Amino acid sequence: MTQDPLARQKGERPIIALDRVERRFGAVEALRGISIALHPGRALALVGESGCGKTTCARIIARMDHPSEGRLLYRGEDRTAAGSASAERAYRRDVQMVFQDPFSSLNPVYSIDHHLTRPLLLNGHAPTRGEAAGAVEALLADVGLDPAVTRRKFPHELSGGQRQRVNIARALAVRPAVLVADEPTSMLDVSIRLGILELLARIKKERDLALLYITHDIATAAHVAEEMVVMFAGQMVEWGDTRAILADPRHPYTRLLLSAVPDGERPLRRGDSTRFLKIADEVRSLSRPRAERVEQVGANHFIRPPAEAVPAAA
Amino acid sequence: MDAPLIDIRNLTVDYLLDKGAFTAVNNVSFSIGRGEIFGLAGESGCGKSTIAYAITRLSKAPAWVSGGEILFDGVDLLQMPEAKLRDIRWTRIGMVFQSAMNSLNPLMRVKDQFHDVLNRHEGFSREQSLARGEEMFRLVGIAPGRIHDYPHQFSGGMRQRIVIAICLALKPDLIIMDEPTTALDVVVQREIMEQVLDLQAQYGFSVLFITHDLHLMSQTCHRIGVMLKGQLVEVGDVSQVSRAPAHAYTRQLWDAIPHLPATARQGWFA
Ligand SMILES: Nc1ncnc2c1ncn2[C@@H]1O[C@H](COP(=O)(O)OP(=O)(O)OP(=O)(O)O)[C@@H](O)[C@H]1O
Ligand SMILES: Nc1ncnc2c1ncn2[C@@H]1O[C@H](COP(=O)(O)OP(=O)(O)OP(=O)(O)O)[C@@H](O)[C@H]1O
Ligand SMILES: [Mg+2]
Ligand SMILES: [Mg+2]
Repeated sequence: MTQDPLARQKGERPIIALDRVERRFGAVEALRGISIALHPGRALALVGESGCGKTTCARIIARMDHPSEGRLLYRGEDRTAAGSASAERAYRRDVQMVFQDPFSSLNPVYSIDHHLTRPLLLNGHAPTRGEAAGAVEALLADVGLDPAVTRRKFPHELSGGQRQRVNIARALAVRPAVLVADEPTSMLDVSIRLGILELLARIKKERDLALLYITHDIATAAHVAEEMVVMFAGQMVEWGDTRAILADPRHPYTRLLLSAVPDGERPLRRGDSTRFLKIADEVRSLSRPRAERVEQVGANHFIRPPAEAVPAAA
Repeated sequence: MDAPLIDIRNLTVDYLLDKGAFTAVNNVSFSIGRGEIFGLAGESGCGKSTIAYAITRLSKAPAWVSGGEILFDGVDLLQMPEAKLRDIRWTRIGMVFQSAMNSLNPLMRVKDQFHDVLNRHEGFSREQSLARGEEMFRLVGIAPGRIHDYPHQFSGGMRQRIVIAICLALKPDLIIMDEPTTALDVVVQREIMEQVLDLQAQYGFSVLFITHDLHLMSQTCHRIGVMLKGQLVEVGDVSQVSRAPAHAYTRQLWDAIPHLPATARQGWFA
């Protein structure tokens, strides 16, 4: 990623880019100047607290919502406004979503087989039912489920983790170029989250997918994504190479976020809670105003420095 | 050693289903000392919440406590008449659940919700309730003047702190916290857990802290119990369970947690 996500357009063109996107809901500025780019075979993590605008980005990319200002680019073309019916269909095929809730996203009256056969047939990826059956088995195996056992099952017969794997298989059945995963593990038990993250990282590589991974859990971002955007109140506050950001976070909000990731090796300090409350409030309030200036702090590492001074403890 | 505040012995809880009884908690024993923060960990469905409800005898059908004792200050809660239990619930054993922030009455100002609880359990007047409520607001880091506001005027994290404040206003001896911060982001989680630790040091209550996050548990608890499919497979001091787990399952739980890379810098605002 660069300061301007389109700057690399000559060398390697992103499949999808948001260019200075604003989204307002009445008085709420849900997105303020969001510029991101998704490339084949790479994953970008959008990280931030509840309400910072992550899902709004995902919905715009999935064309379930539109920017108030700014542009949506698809393979280099401005597609902010809806195109012809066939162009829209092609776009929607190319961009698939996996949602947070693995329980409500599958239809309880259909078998897993039906859930996967349908997109294969609809998109012409399997001309006959026989070929579709083979493709379903391959898809299930690919997401780590036993095809023989899982095919005939219905959603309620699967655990949350298994259902999320079916959701991923269903998205892959369409053979998209872009996969948007909005909090795919947050409703799953911790003991199975890692498996889903590893699955996403593997299919991204094997299928040369562009992956947008959305999470409020910064600890999971590094398992999936080479690049990361830390958002706060609709704004990108820090972005670039994931490892560079984690090793040397520069924005006070990123530091605050990292300081709060539970780490069994560091017991919480006792007798100090009012101090942390005060610091957290200060960091939030100085990170909230619109900051136009972007500062490059590494080869692929950028921040929007807050106008106000950072609390001393940082 | 002092007698523990609560001593759970051979607790067994079944769910009575059409196809037969399902044992969700199987012969579980552990105790919590006075002023101790005890953590109960384990994957989803292992029986943690079932234990929390059994302690307060709030289990709903088809849950059935089929065996064991729960000695609270030496008295078996399971044998206690319901009327007597009502005196203990909330005044001596408080509870904060994951969705507690949504349990505040949206139509009532927060000060009235304090009064509701304090008047019912302690016979407080409005003035007394307001004074105690303001004191509790200060303790959980919210400006006391805001006690006149309605729940929707607070963020989720603030509402969860208000529930903790209402619970603490009765000065209980034991607080059961079942995933109290799971629905909140990590910054708010740290705010709340640091506050609970400070309040604990000040008031000396005991805590049963239920979470699936072993890291958070290690950061806050004195002792930890690990459950697997209804059984308690390991109990020990934080340092032992986190550094040298005796049970293979505990190690597995640790390894399953997505962790920041070793190169990440975390010690900000320490
Ligand atoms: N349709 C809408 N109408 C009005 N406000 C909206 C709408 N959708 C989103 N918002 C507001 O926009 C902001 C961003 O919401 P968004 O859902 O994108 O956040 P998020 O980062 O996905 O949060 P979470 O982690 O809770 O899912 C919030 O303040 C939200 O209340
Ligand atoms: N009302 C009920 N009827 C039947 N079975 C139930 C009922 N409530 C819970 N169970 C079962 O009892 C077991 C223990 O459930 P419990 O809610 O105590 O788990 P938990 O450890 O709190 O899980 P989580 O981390 O998901 O909250 C699970 O297998 C669950 O399916
Ligand atoms: Mg969201
Ligand atoms: Mg539970």
